This record gives sequence, C-alpha cells and structure tokens, in this order.
Amino acid sequence: MGAEVVVEGLTKSFGRQTIWRDVTLTLPPGEVSVLLGPSGTGKSVFLKSMIGLLKPDRGRCEINGVDIVTCSERKLYEIRKMFGVLFQDGALFGSMSLYDNVAFPLREHTRKSESEIRRLVLEKLDMTGLSGAEGKLPGEISGGMRKRAGLARALMLDPEIILCDEPDSGLDPVRTSYISQLLIDLNAQIDATVLIVTHNIHVARTIPDNIGMLFRRELVMFGPREVLLTSEEPAVKQFLNGSRIGPIGMSEEKDEATMAAEQAHVDAGHHDGGTEEVRGIGPQAEPTPGLPQRQAVRRRKDRVMRILHTLPAGAQRAIVDSLTPAERADYGVDTGGRPSPYPRPARHGSLAEEIAKLPGSSWQTGPPGSGA
Amino acid sequence: MTTGTVRPFPGSGALRETGRLFALALDVIVQTFRRPFQVREFIQQCWFIASVTILPTALVAIPFGAVVALQLGNLIVQLGAQSFTGAAAVLAIIQQAAPLVTALMVAGAGGSAICADLGARTIREEIDAMKVLGVNPIQRLVVPRVLAAMVIAVLLNGLVSVVGVLGSYVFNVVLQDGTPGAYLASFSALAQLPDLWISEIKALIFGFIAGVVAAYRGLNPRGGPKGVGDAVNQSVVITFLLLFFVNFVLTAVYLSIVPQKGS
Repeated sequence: MGAEVVVEGLTKSFGRQTIWRDVTLTLPPGEVSVLLGPSGTGKSVFLKSMIGLLKPDRGRCEINGVDIVTCSERKLYEIRKMFGVLFQDGALFGSMSLYDNVAFPLREHTRKSESEIRRLVLEKLDMTGLSGAEGKLPGEISGGMRKRAGLARALMLDPEIILCDEPDSGLDPVRTSYISQLLIDLNAQIDATVLIVTHNIHVARTIPDNIGMLFRRELVMFGPREVLLTSEEPAVKQFLNGSRIGPIGMSEEKDEATMAAEQAHVDAGHHDGGTEEVRGIGPQAEPTPGLPQRQAVRRRKDRVMRILHTLPAGAQRAIVDSLTPAERADYGVDTGGRPSPYPRPARHGSLAEEIAKLPGSSWQTGPPGSGA
Repeated sequence: MTTGTVRPFPGSGALRETGRLFALALDVIVQTFRRPFQVREFIQQCWFIASVTILPTALVAIPFGAVVALQLGNLIVQLGAQSFTGAAAVLAIIQQAAPLVTALMVAGAGGSAICADLGARTIREEIDAMKVLGVNPIQRLVVPRVLAAMVIAVLLNGLVSVVGVLGSYVFNVVLQDGTPGAYLASFSALAQLPDLWISEIKALIFGFIAGVVAAYRGLNPRGGPKGVGDAVNQSVVITFLLLFFVNFVLTAVYLSIVPQKGS
C-alpha cells in the first residue's frame, strides 16, 4: 500500500509574496487525490514543496514519519526514491534517448543486468503507449509523448507516491482521458498514493477519491470528492462550472463592483462563459476491466463512513446515496440517511457503532432521497 | 530562509550569494568522495573542455610570450642586463601568465559551456527531475565538471608554459637579436622549481573556481532562457574577478614563504 502523506500548517512565500499559508491536509494511503486551483495559485509550488525541491517557510510534511522539511539532505534523497513525479513537460533529460531516460532510475539505483533493465523499460514504454519510440530524443517527439515518457520514467522504481503536475496540460481531451485512466489503472495495480495537480474540471470530477482546492493563498477545502462536488462555496462552484460569475477573476481575485457588473451582464442575457451548469456527482472512473479492483475504494468507504458525521449535509446525502443497499445495512445507515436501530457488526472495525452513536448530527435530519 | 520579516540590510543579497557559492564549493568537495564516482561523465567533460580550450589557449599563449619578450626586452636592454631576458620571461610566463591564460580560457570557453548546459537543464526542470529520482545533481553532474575543469587547467597550464616560453624565445632571438645561448643559459638564473609548482597549484585552484562558479550560476538562473544567458555572462565575469583576486593572494603568499633565487 502507498505511503501516507501528512501536511501540516505548510506556508510558503517568495520574498514578501505569500503563495499559500497554513495548508493542512492528509493524503490517505493508496487513494487518488486531486488538488484544484485557478492558474497561479501555487499548485506546482505546493507539489515541489512536498518533495523538498522548495523549502517551505513553516510547517511539516511527513512521509512515513519523516518530516521532509527538516530532515537531512541524505534522508531526503532516500525518501525521494519512494516518489514518482510527473513534471509538467515531462522533464526528460534532453541529451538521452527515451530508452535511456526511462532506464535512468534503474541504472542509478539498482544493480539489475542490462537485459533485465531492457525488459522493464520496454514494459513501461508499452504501458504508456510508446513502443517503437525508444530510440527518439525528447526533442523529436510531441509534448504528449514527452509527458507519457516522463510518466514511464516516474514509474520505474515502483513508487509508493505518485505526484502529477498537470497531467492534462497541452493534451487533447482524448489523451487526457487515457492518461487519467492510466493513473487509475496504476493505482489499482500497485496501490500507490496519487496526487494530481490540475485545473481540469473533467479530471477532477471523474478520477479522484479526494479533492482539494487552493484559492486566495489558502486551501479552501480538502476531503472526499463528494464534499467538494456538492459544495456551495462560491469559488468552488464557480470553478467547477468554469463560469465567469463568482469570486475568481482574471487576476487572482475580483472586487465587488466587477462582480456586480458581470452579474448584471449575465442577467441581461450575456453568456457567463460556463459550458453548462454541472451539478452533483458523476460516477468515478474504474480500472480497466481485467485489472484488479482498487483496494483504495474499500478503504476509502470505511474511512469516509467513519468521518461521515463531520461532513456537510449535502456530501453526507451524496455518500449515503452512492452506497448499495447491502453496504448501507453494513454501515448501519438506511436509505433515508438514518442509522438503523440495530446496526450489524461492520466488516471493518466498529464503524457502525461510531456512526450510530452520533444522535445530533445534521445528516440524520436531511430530507430522504433529496441528495445529488 | 525564514527571514522573510527581517528587513534586509544593504549588501545582504551579495553576502547571501557569496555564502551559497561557498556552500556549493563545500558540497562539491564533499561529494567528490562519495561513491560511485561518475567516471564516464568525468572523461566526457575532460574531453569536451580540452577540445574547446586547447587551440585558443595555444593561440593566446604565443603572442602572450611574445609581448612579455618584447616588453621585457626593451626594459632590460635599457638596464643593460640583456642576458637576463630569458630568466625574466620564464618567471613571468610560468608564474603569472600561464595559470591566468589557462584559467581565462577554461572559464571563458569551458565554464561558459558548463554554465549554459546546467542552466538549460535547470529551466527545463531536468535538475529537479534528477533530484526527485533520488540522484544528487551535484554528485552526478557538478563534481565531474569541476574536476574536469581542474585537470584540464593543470594540463593546459603546462602547454601554455611551453608554448609561451617558446614564443618568447623566438621573438627574443629573431626580432630582438638576443643570443640563443644567453636566453637558455639564464633560464635557471632567477627561476626555480617551486615556481613551476605554484604555477600548477594556481591552475588547479583557478580551474576549481571556474568550475564551481559556472556550476553555481548554471544551477541558479533567474527565470527563463534570458536568465540562462545572463547567468553565463555573469559566471564568466564573476570568475574573472575572483581569478585575479585569488591570483594576487596566492602570489603574495608564495613570494613571502618561498625564498626567491638571487635575493
């Protein structure tokens, strides 16, 4: 199972400009998370701070109990071997062929024979659809291929944590879907923790188990996908719909007057820029048939049901609605979002009891069947 | 680097840069002894630096020796010590000219290429990618380059010494009607073996400085391709400034601890 990443109170500034402050989140082991945010909110900076390429001003970032903000250089290099990072442009070594690029981590860190390296490299290249291009230099191939080669290289050391910096930027929608599917398939196969940084709404809606959003120099929210997708927070809603109406402006923020003027335009019939009003939660992507089931789905369900009472009412309804009747019985919630009076023992620990013991929670009073 | 709230005092930027430069120099020294040593990269870099510096260095060395010969020749004739031309030329070329010419070439041709190479890799995030793959770029890239610059500087220094002395000999004998015998006989009148040692030590240190400064500026370019260009420019200028300063210090130290012949 992938490693857990615990980020606490992370703050980063360049000179006087604060990029974000007090970012606290936990990437649950083995789950796929997405970090959303308008351009220029420091998503990539966050990613780089997580792997120690940039030094945050304050805060902790713990991986397997090692705080990478304060640990020694040597330890940092050890920890980094657990990571597979996909950079925006692939970050391939320009002087090496694709084959050598992908073989680089193995040659540096293992004592494998050249024939075994060849087998592994060709396997990964095949997986990312690059068979036949291994002799090409990074300068000779398209951006999408570079990205996939970068991913192949990142996967060479069987990472426990995979970080992707905008896997969709510069890719067409079809290739974006393929890359996303590849990430989900990978997660099913090696059960790695995945963090995708993106501003692609489609990816955010279909891929992750958890979603977070950076805006106005802080983490607006982070939690199970249902939380963000049902959120009534204006910035989140605006972002998910790609609309011009809301607090996000061309530059970071906009003032009241601009907002009012834009609203007036829309009221007068001017298009707000959003393609459609998308609401609710779509189905999540699943591994390609034939691959093992994602272990994370099961774990996440247990985890989410454990914290269900802390979530907003809309998210609670959506989560309960997404369960099958058998699961509802297992977790001790009925179709109306009410705990059953006789909770059965749960398959995983004592979740049912925990949830049943929370009489005052708002989710119990939600109108039946009105979610999503 | 948590001094975000402290008001920076004038010159703090320069101090910080200097500190980081020294930190990198220390890192390079430490990482030199870390296995596995990158033999292949080292040989490639040696070959590369040698190939871009040998010809220009030789071409600079000949007129340099000639200028020394002409200048000294004139002065020495006026002083009536014509037979010492050879001695003075050897001293000037081996002790001062050779290491400096070598270092200028290593910095100007080799260092600028190293800086541009590392700078391009940095802005293309290759260096970050390397760090993330658990490979220390200082050990993998910088150490072989700095060592290559040092080795090539030492070897080039020998070349410049020979070519410079030959050039000065030819000009002295052919153009200034000096006597070959006097020129050669006075070789060891003032010069001594430690002069050659200090010359090689200087070349070694200059090569190190050129390599480290180039690597430092290459790893820290300021934003985009333009930043890489600026970094290359700065690396050459900074290296030259440091070279002449360090040369002054080394010469002063050498002259005061090694007794000179004839004094």
